[in-house]
Amino acid sequence: MRILSLLQAGKHSTLTSFFSPMYLAIFLPACILFYAVMPKKGKKYALLLESLGFFWLISGKYIAWLLVSIVSVWGCGLWLGRILEQRDAAVKAAEKPQRKAIKQQYLRYTRLVLALAALGNLGILLVLKYSGFFIQNVNTVFGLRISVPAFVMPIGISFYTLQAVSYLFDVYQGTVKADRNLMRVALFLSFFPQIVEGPICRYGQTADQLWNAGQIRYDNLTLGLQRILFGLMKKLVVADRLNTFVEGVFDKYWEFQGGVIAIAAVCYTIQLYMDFSGSMDAVTGTAQIFGITMPENFKRPFFSRTISEFWTRWHITLGTWFKDYIFYPVSMSKPMKKLTGAARKKLGNHFGPLAAGGIALFCVWFCNGVWHGAAWSFIFFGMYHFVLILGGSLIAPAVKKVNEKLHLSPESRFYCLFQVLRTCVLVVIGELFFRANGLRAGMYMFGRMVTDFRFSSLNAALLKKLSIDGADFLIVGVTVLIVFVVSLLNEKGICVRESLQKKPTPVRWAVLYALILYIIIFGAYGVGYVPVDPMYANF
Amino acid sequence: MERLLEILEDIQPDVDFETRTDLIDAHLLSSLSILSLIAELEDEFDITVPAVEIVPKNFNSMKAMWDMIQRLQEEG
Repeated sequence: MRILSLLQAGKHSTLTSFFSPMYLAIFLPACILFYAVMPKKGKKYALLLESLGFFWLISGKYIAWLLVSIVSVWGCGLWLGRILEQRDAAVKAAEKPQRKAIKQQYLRYTRLVLALAALGNLGILLVLKYSGFFIQNVNTVFGLRISVPAFVMPIGISFYTLQAVSYLFDVYQGTVKADRNLMRVALFLSFFPQIVEGPICRYGQTADQLWNAGQIRYDNLTLGLQRILFGLMKKLVVADRLNTFVEGVFDKYWEFQGGVIAIAAVCYTIQLYMDFSGSMDAVTGTAQIFGITMPENFKRPFFSRTISEFWTRWHITLGTWFKDYIFYPVSMSKPMKKLTGAARKKLGNHFGPLAAGGIALFCVWFCNGVWHGAAWSFIFFGMYHFVLILGGSLIAPAVKKVNEKLHLSPESRFYCLFQVLRTCVLVVIGELFFRANGLRAGMYMFGRMVTDFRFSSLNAALLKKLSIDGADFLIVGVTVLIVFVVSLLNEKGICVRESLQKKPTPVRWAVLYALILYIIIFGAYGVGYVPVDPMYANF
Repeated sequence: MERLLEILEDIQPDVDFETRTDLIDAHLLSSLSILSLIAELEDEFDITVPAVEIVPKNFNSMKAMWDMIQRLQEEG
């Protein structure tokens, strides 16, 4: 009875943090052990059981939504697959002139099934996540008093729903075959390390790997644990240490000078990166222990020269999802192609495609904004990046001319550094709005940064009030430097973990012990520290 | 192939298209440049590029693009 009460479904929200003692000391070792002792044929079922068990522990009865998605996606995938098989047989049997008409006939049917299945899954997400926000705004605009529903949203729904829809699209486009195996689809959608914060995997990337996962190997185990350890350093030493300062300034923003707000915005950007990329290190490391290669979600984003490039290096799997399933389908649709054709005749080859591209980009960034949350500040965040990316493309020819006149080479070190710094500033401004407690607060804070850029109030008393001091900033600075050096090596194609693996055992262990000691000594935990919740788990 | 090179150089003049094999991976062609490129390819080579073909492996090098163009021409 006591054990049962300990295992109360849905009561273990601490498990959502991959760095909680509950996850690292109990859940993960238990999963590894259970998986390791299973015979080869049973390993996939062990992973599935662990994944569903994990979801049940963190979400309780709301696991029903996940099960609905799994079954519906599997069934609709088969339905789509059968129609495509019938189409291919009909096309093969027909004479060449009739083939196009047959394809068109089936296209309407497959599109209908795809729309039904995708909207069914997205519908669950839309109702649970956005109905409250929608009704609230309807009430405000029309002066109504419709009661605002407050649905409980299962953790991870924004991630697994996108995976589910991507599978349906991939079957529709013929890039993957509809899977007859319900269990494989279930494992693909529910694999426990990725369900809370992603990465958003494609069926072709992980489904077979998960299903055919083999024995745990020593090198995978050590490499995976090293990656988790590196993520733990990012989270515990940097993200958690900055938490009180960031929260203090963002929660009482009206009390601070613009300069202090700017520092808080920079700190929040660092905190978000360390928290999210640290979690991804834990996810990728955990998967590696089981011999699974997950797609990377970060690729040194702060080395980006443009905002457009930044979004190909930050939360990569979300960006590619929007690109593949919204940007290209919208911009390559028939009406958009017509628009591109007409615009190119009038506006030329550079500006012409930007008409359709701009519309598609707007759809992407609107969706990106609302995906992060049902609030105007997130919509603003999306629109901010839409304007920056489209604006960047619009002024590109003018910038090129100016550079030529000023004899500035875009490849020179100075110019690259300028571009990187400019991108970082733009990113920090975006993150300020992203973190602010509402759009109005974000506007106020940004206004303060522009009109009152002073630091005179930043003294020991203020830092004490925010539960942070110079030593904290020093520790954060040193750790950021460590991450920067590792990133720089990665950027040059050197994988630090693999290089370390080739070193003699004493060197390897010395580095690992140093890292563990560093985390133990400088990690922000215990009395006086409040660990930051996994930031992307709430999306 | 020469015409393809001309189109690419017109869209992104500072890139060595003849040797690079990481045009997408190295962020040398953005999503918006790809749209310009596809519009040009469709006009020039009388093909229709469906959205499903827009994957890095088809656009990472000039040769990959050329192979895709020929394949789409054959498929009609």
